Amino acid sequence: MNIFVLLKRTFDTEEKITIANGAINEDGAEFIINPYDEYAVEEAIQLRESHGGEVTVVSVGGEDGEKQLRTALAMGADKAVLINTEDDIEYGDQHTTSKILAEYLKDKEADIILAGNVAIDCGSGQVGPRVADLLDIPYVTTITKLEIEGDKVSVVRDVEGDSEVIETSLPLLITAQQGLNEPRYPSLPGIMKAKKKPLEELELDDLDLDEDEVEAKTKVIEIFLPPTKEAGRVLEGEISEKVKELVSLLHKEAKVI
Amino acid sequence: MTKKVAVLGEIRDGSLRNVSFEGLAAARTIAEGGEILAVLVGASLGTLAQDMIHYGADRVVTVEDEKLAQYTPDGFSQAFLSVVEQEKPEAIVFGHTALGKDLAPKIASRLGCGLISDAVDVEIAGGNVVFTRPIYSGKAFEKKIVSDGIVFATIRPNNIAPLEKETSRAGEVTALSAEIKDLRTIVREVAKKATQGVDLSEAKIIVAGGRGVKSADGFSPLQELADVLGGAVGASRGACDAEYCDYSLQIGQTGKVVTPDLYIACGISGAIQHLAGMSNSKVIVAINKDPEANIFKVADYGIVGDLFEVVPMLAEEFKNLLIKA
Repeated sequence: MNIFVLLKRTFDTEEKITIANGAINEDGAEFIINPYDEYAVEEAIQLRESHGGEVTVVSVGGEDGEKQLRTALAMGADKAVLINTEDDIEYGDQHTTSKILAEYLKDKEADIILAGNVAIDCGSGQVGPRVADLLDIPYVTTITKLEIEGDKVSVVRDVEGDSEVIETSLPLLITAQQGLNEPRYPSLPGIMKAKKKPLEELELDDLDLDEDEVEAKTKVIEIFLPPTKEAGRVLEGEISEKVKELVSLLHKEAKVI
Repeated sequence: MTKKVAVLGEIRDGSLRNVSFEGLAAARTIAEGGEILAVLVGASLGTLAQDMIHYGADRVVTVEDEKLAQYTPDGFSQAFLSVVEQEKPEAIVFGHTALGKDLAPKIASRLGCGLISDAVDVEIAGGNVVFTRPIYSGKAFEKKIVSDGIVFATIRPNNIAPLEKETSRAGEVTALSAEIKDLRTIVREVAKKATQGVDLSEAKIIVAGGRGVKSADGFSPLQELADVLGGAVGASRGACDAEYCDYSLQIGQTGKVVTPDLYIACGISGAIQHLAGMSNSKVIVAINKDPEANIFKVADYGIVGDLFEVVPMLAEEFKNLLIKA
C-alpha cells in the first residue's frame, strides 16, 4: 500500500503566545508535530504493518520542519519529503499549501493520504479536503476508526459527538480525529534508524510551480492577544453560603442565569 | 460595495441550526445592502425556507433530492455549486460546524477561492470585509481579509448574534434541480452518542469535569447540574485520558473550543491546553479543592471546595431559583 501522511510543524501546546512586531513571537518556542497529524502518522504505520507498503511523510514549510519529519521517521515512517518554501513564499494560506501538496502528490499514485483534521496553530482544517479535491479523490474528515479490505474502506467519522459509519473506496484521503489511535513514542533504535532514512528536500521549482499559481487568496491584516482576564472573586464562608452567593451572583450580577 | 451573499442553511433533525441564522446576520454585514440569498440542501425541506426569510434572507433557493438525505461532500458540493453557478454570489457564509468544516474547503477549492475558517466576528473596515478569528486555539486572534475573488467564510456558532425574527418578512423561494450523482462516500449508519441533546459547540451553558471527577460515575452530578440549567457536559483532556468520558466531550487545544455564556469548571486544574479551549467563555466559574489551581486565575467566580459537595448543592439552588422565575 502506498501511504502518504501530510504533516505540519506547530507550536507546542504548552507554549504561551506572545506577539513581537505584529507577528507571533517564535523565539525560544518549542515545536512539535501537530498533535492531530501525529494520529495520522501512527495510523499510517499501523496500515503498513497490516497491509505492507511504504509510508511517506510530507511537510510544507521551512527548513526547521526537518526535525518533526525526523520524529515521524523515528516513529516508523519510511521516507520523508520537505517542500521548502522559505525562499519562494513570504505569506501562504491554505490555498497555497494545498496547491503545493496536490502538485507533489498528483503522480505518486497514493492509495491513501492521511492528515490531521486541523492544525492547532492556524486552526482552519482546510488543507485535507482541499488536497483531496485537487486530486479528485474522495475524503472523510475527523475519523476515529479506519478499516481497509482490498479497495473497500469503512471509516467511523466523528460528527460533533455522534458517529457515522461511512463506506468508501481507495484512493482516499482521511483526516484524523482524537481517539483514532494512541501514537507511539519513537524508540531509541527508531531514532538511530531515522537518521539514515531518506529525507528529500524540494522547492517550488522542482514541482514546476510558479509563485503566482500558489499565491495566497487571503491576507492577515492584524494579530492581537485577547484581553487578559483579571482573576475573579473566590467566594468566602461555609460551602452552603458560597453556593447561595454564587447562584445569586450569576443571576443578578453576571445575568447568565 | 454591495454584495450578493449566499448563506447555507444547515439542517439537523428537521430544524435549522442556530448558526444558520447567525450566518444570515453575518451576511447582513457583508452584503452592505446587497441581496442575502439563503441556500437549503436536503431531501425534504418542508417550510424551512420561511424560517430563513424570517431571520433575514431576502430570497431562498432550495435543492431537494433523495440523495441529499444524508450529508456527503460529493452530494452537497454538487448541490451548492449548482446554486453558485446560477446565482453567482460575491460572498458565501457557512457555519463552522462538522458539516461546514467538511464542505467549505471543497467548495473553496472548486471555486479556486480563499476561505476564512472559524470567524467569530465580521465588520466592514477600510472598504474590506474583515473577519476576526482565533488562532492558537484562542490564545491569540487574527483579522483576515480575502485579497481577491469570492469572500468565503465559515462562522463559529454562538458568536455572531442572529437578527430579530420577523414573521412578517416575505421572500421568494425557488427550487433548483441539480444532478446529484457519483457519490463516492456513503453513510451507512449514524450512531447518536451525544445522547443528552445539547451540542457542546452551541451550548449556552457548559458544566465541565476534570480529573477531580475521579470516575465515569463522577460525571453524574455534573450531568444533573447541566440538565437543570439546560446545558451540556464537557471534560478536560485529563478526564478523557483517564477514560471517565468520551473524547467527543473534550474541550481544549486538542478537542473542542467553546464560548458559552457560562462555563462551570469542576475539578479542572486549568492546564494551558484546557484554557485555550474555554477561556473566551463569557462567565467562568471554577470549583476546585486546590485553592492554588490555575483555573482560578481565569475564573470570574471561584469556590474552593469538594465538587461532590458543591455541585449537587448548586443544582438544588438553581432549581429553586428557576422554579421561582
